[in-house]
Amino acid sequence: MNSIRFLYAAYIATWTIHALYLGSLVRRYGRLRQQMKDLGKGK
Amino acid sequence: MKKAFPILAVLTAVLLAYAFYEAWWVAPVDALQGQVYRIIYYHVPSAWTAFLLFFINFIASVEYLANARPSTQRAAKWIVIAIGTLGFIAPFIPQVRQQLPVGMYPSSVATTALIIAGLYFLTGKYFPGQDLDLLAVTAAEVGVVFCTIVLVTGPIWARPVWGIWWAPGDIRLTSTLVLWLIYVSYLVLRRFSDSAQTQKLAAVLAVFGALDVPLVYFSIWFFRTQHPQPVIGGGGSIDPRMLHVLLINWTAFLCFAYLVCWSRYRLEKLRREVEEAEVLESLLEPAGPVAPSSKAKGALNRGPQ
Repeated sequence: MNSIRFLYAAYIATWTIHALYLGSLVRRYGRLRQQMKDLGKGK
Repeated sequence: MKKAFPILAVLTAVLLAYAFYEAWWVAPVDALQGQVYRIIYYHVPSAWTAFLLFFINFIASVEYLANARPSTQRAAKWIVIAIGTLGFIAPFIPQVRQQLPVGMYPSSVATTALIIAGLYFLTGKYFPGQDLDLLAVTAAEVGVVFCTIVLVTGPIWARPVWGIWWAPGDIRLTSTLVLWLIYVSYLVLRRFSDSAQTQKLAAVLAVFGALDVPLVYFSIWFFRTQHPQPVIGGGGSIDPRMLHVLLINWTAFLCFAYLVCWSRYRLEKLRREVEEAEVLESLLEPAGPVAPSSKAKGALNRGPQ
């Protein structure tokens, strides 16, 4: 059965979804850090 | 935890790599499906992790709603104690035991009842007040990520094995999709609503959404579906070597989910603190209070934490 490519696809898809979510977390942390900096400047 | 995080992250990475090695090179090949069956080592642990996270979201949401008044808080505690006690004793009564589906052991039902009660009291102890809401949103978001993986890897596995990507009308597949949609709506509600009632509405939605979890889980026990019958329990069987690798992968996924949840929880906590600081800053402006931003409005509506 030539189904090995489906196996690769499933594993790659899993880690792509995790990577995208982790990337979104990092972006949100970055935005929050910027907001904190802006708040600090305001004082 | 902040200091332990890098160590835990390295240990989790090692465990994930070991689980991957076991899944690809150590687990035996399936006689019927060949190599493609190895998708099970990502598909099933992702599903179990999603269920667990949705269950945590359910417990946190129930407790958040119950804590609104001291009387409901007390009532909820007694209901949980009753569920724990009855759930622990009832499965061993012969008349009840006969009603259990094939493959469902009284000991596993009793343990589940105890875990439900224990988890309720533990979350209440370690996540007081608004922290319950933080826990609920964290568990829902990470749960949706794992559920997405289930919905993506499922069709990729189905195509070579069933010859189709999706079986329309199949109760396991449809109920999983509905579960995903419910929790996506939950997150959308939380993201775009600034109302003071958002947290309560989201908690109510989460309680109803969680009712779909047992339907998804037990659908293959009670209905004949295109999706295979359970491989563990439910009269199913799995090669012990495959089960061993499956459990290693689930452990690795649980550790990974824990670290992701921890990061998401911390992010949400910081975000709320920043919003509150923005509100305070806008109120202390020398020219008098200015209109707060939409995000700050959310903090204003939520009140002090």
